[in-house]
Amino acid sequence: MLTNLFDGVAYGMLLFVIACGLSVTLGLMNLINLAHGAFAMAGGYITVLLVNGWGVPFFAALPIAFVASALIGLLLERTLYIHVYRKSPLDQVLFSIGLVFMAMSGVAYMIGSQQQFIKLPEFLGARFEVLGASIGAYRLLIVVVCGLLAAALQFIIARTRFGSQLRAAVDDPVVARGLGINVDLVFAATFAVGSGLAGLGGALGAEILGLDPTFPLKYMVYFLIVVAVGGSAGMMGPLVAALLLGIADVSGKYYLPQFGSFIIYVLMIVVLLWRPQGLFSRAGGR
Amino acid sequence: MSSRAENIAAATKALHGVSRIRPAEIVFWLAAVAAFFFLPDQYLLLNEVMITGLFALSLDLVLGYGGIVSLGHAAFFGFGCYVAGLLTKYGVADPLLGLVIVAVMTGLLGLLTSFLVLRGSDLTRIMVTLSVGVLLSEIGNRLAWLTGGADGLQGVAPDLLLGRWEFDIFGKVAYAYTLAVTFVLFVIARRFVFSPFGWSVRAVKENALRTSAIGIPVNRRLIVVYSLAAAIAGIAGALLAQTTQFVSLDVLAFHRSADLLLILIIGGTGYLYGGLVGALLFKLVQDAIANLTPEYWEFWIGLILVSIVMIGRERIVGLPAFLLKRLRGVA
Amino acid sequence: MNTALETRNLVRRFGGLVATNDVSITLRQGARHALIGPNGAGKTTLINLLTGVIPPSSGTIMLEGQDITTASRSRRVELGLVRTFQINQLFPGFTPLQTVALAVSRRLGLDRNMFRPIGSNRRVIEEAVDVIERFDLVDVMNANTASLPYGKQRLLEIAVAIACGPRVLLLDEPAAGVPEGERGEIMDGLAALPADVTVLLIEHDMDLVFRFADRISVLVQGGLLLEGTVAEISNDPRVREVYLGDAVHD
Repeated sequence: MLTNLFDGVAYGMLLFVIACGLSVTLGLMNLINLAHGAFAMAGGYITVLLVNGWGVPFFAALPIAFVASALIGLLLERTLYIHVYRKSPLDQVLFSIGLVFMAMSGVAYMIGSQQQFIKLPEFLGARFEVLGASIGAYRLLIVVVCGLLAAALQFIIARTRFGSQLRAAVDDPVVARGLGINVDLVFAATFAVGSGLAGLGGALGAEILGLDPTFPLKYMVYFLIVVAVGGSAGMMGPLVAALLLGIADVSGKYYLPQFGSFIIYVLMIVVLLWRPQGLFSRAGGR
Repeated sequence: MSSRAENIAAATKALHGVSRIRPAEIVFWLAAVAAFFFLPDQYLLLNEVMITGLFALSLDLVLGYGGIVSLGHAAFFGFGCYVAGLLTKYGVADPLLGLVIVAVMTGLLGLLTSFLVLRGSDLTRIMVTLSVGVLLSEIGNRLAWLTGGADGLQGVAPDLLLGRWEFDIFGKVAYAYTLAVTFVLFVIARRFVFSPFGWSVRAVKENALRTSAIGIPVNRRLIVVYSLAAAIAGIAGALLAQTTQFVSLDVLAFHRSADLLLILIIGGTGYLYGGLVGALLFKLVQDAIANLTPEYWEFWIGLILVSIVMIGRERIVGLPAFLLKRLRGVA
Repeated sequence: MNTALETRNLVRRFGGLVATNDVSITLRQGARHALIGPNGAGKTTLINLLTGVIPPSSGTIMLEGQDITTASRSRRVELGLVRTFQINQLFPGFTPLQTVALAVSRRLGLDRNMFRPIGSNRRVIEEAVDVIERFDLVDVMNANTASLPYGKQRLLEIAVAIACGPRVLLLDEPAAGVPEGERGEIMDGLAALPADVTVLLIEHDMDLVFRFADRISVLVQGGLLLEGTVAEISNDPRVREVYLGDAVHD
């Protein structure tokens, strides 16, 4: 019971770290980006190459995965995404699905379509008992790292100058521009950091989530649920949504294996019926 | 100042003009019939293109007329496929009766899910349609005892068509059957979109607030068009199951919904023929790419999607629609 | 005299804020009634209550003796309560003729027909042409709505409402944003409204209000300040203070 809860929390934390960037880009630019999972996949594969191929220590590979994914995100934002902000939702969907397809086949072509496993440091395989629950060191690491990241993000958004600019830009881009905030710059930075976090999450979670070229498609709905249920106003909404999703999915698959992933879809549909406006804090904004 | 009689004549002409049958349409269907006589080697391909075109017509009603972006339209196609396959396998082997049952059942599925689509923003709709699609795909996978799971549904053997024609391995009867059904549904869809009801559905897409302000119940319109489109998608699926005599899980896959969107976008939305034109183009491109790199052709599909958006949908993909409009002589 | 539209003690609260405070207005049939008030007086809320966009917290709305307080939006239109919008709400991809024809089809109960072309009904065409002629839109009836000059779009906004066959018409700032040169067209359009249609005009342009209305209600902070004829209102010192004074500063 507690073990499942803990695994669910770890899973939810991962989803949060991967999806939080998505919630900000959606809130900031009304951008429907279905390709967000591709950045997580990029982080995962970079780590695989570094750790398995070149023998880079796992903990050294994580920050590299973050930086590399962020750079990829920044590059794509400046060259491609910047042109689709003002396009219709349909265009954004077409564009980002196109990116997903390209990323999937690109990875399959270069690396192969088999599932990848990262060689984790041995001590992460340890398990210990806490209050009757069996806690894996690897999942504990995920909870700690993601928890720290969530706290850091909350701090940045609530307390720093960049955070207040970001909040202003999310609330009303036009007014924010009028106040002299460089919304484009804020967005590029946010997009890059969001992509980096997704990459870090993909690297950390490769073991739990499974890493193969279908990754961006497989988890697309999960990331979208986190964003839709959590709203785009702050970090707390997506965090709570991600934890709920993680716990529901893990315990659903454990207790009702025959229904497995149905649970989350049914939950989402119920939530949407309950909050017709799709649970967006700024529903109908466009 | 023009007289009232003149104004009425002009108004009548203008309102009729929109729904007038264009020469290009006649040419199109004549070509489809001519293909039956002159392209016997291509029946299987033509059959597939025609089915995909019908499937895309269904999405056009939802997206091009109703303005609902759907990423899970394969749910209805695949559902129709399986219902038709199972019907044929377990008793109702008459193809036409099968089509009718499939249309009713898929229409009901559309009705049920339409309530989810009415709610919320574009993103919510995209998510919900996507989720319904994934959900159905999962169900198909889980009910392996019924659907055959990953092995597919085998042994789908429909009766003779109209008690006379057997579905042959060259696809001759299949293409004729698909062509006839598609044509009938096109005629119905065509009447539908130019009817007051059809106009009111377009009105919802143009401006939902104004539509409700002239007393048209917006949600009810969307429910009807969504269910109707679902039924058509189901029929397209049923045609595939009956003519290929096999159903695989692939019919419910996400890439089918995404490909369909691409097909409709290539052909152009909102004039009914976009789906058929797009299906043909898509098939040609697919074959060309498959000859180059069969395994990674999704990469090229992705590249096409990205390029379309980068260049501007209205600039390139509206081309067939634009040409048709020129042929129509009304802009 | 017959009462066309009546509100009794209409109240709407948003949390602690009272946006509509005990408003009772009576419009006799054929009235040209104007509703004025400074920004934030609750005019838009009142329109939204009347048309059913939001429900009232308490009070009733009567249309020709029938209680419509809980009727749906489309039901109210069916019963003859129609509105225009302050910001154009048109079908940009339609022509004015198509727009008006659709509204007429709806009024004649043909809008659920799925099989006969919209142009096949003679009555739809005749009545659509009537409306088009009335609002001087003949020249542009087959043009794309999005490409019309702004003044014509404002006229179309009113024409669509008339095509719905209203008993009571709510005009929400019909002259909003119309350039000086095209104002005459709007005035002509208002003058062309059928005499038996009751009109509630919400407007900032006092010139237009004084020319068009026979009675005026003044709304301040959600409640009715006073009601009277044009002469009474224009000379009332309270009105000058709360409203006309504002208008001068604008």
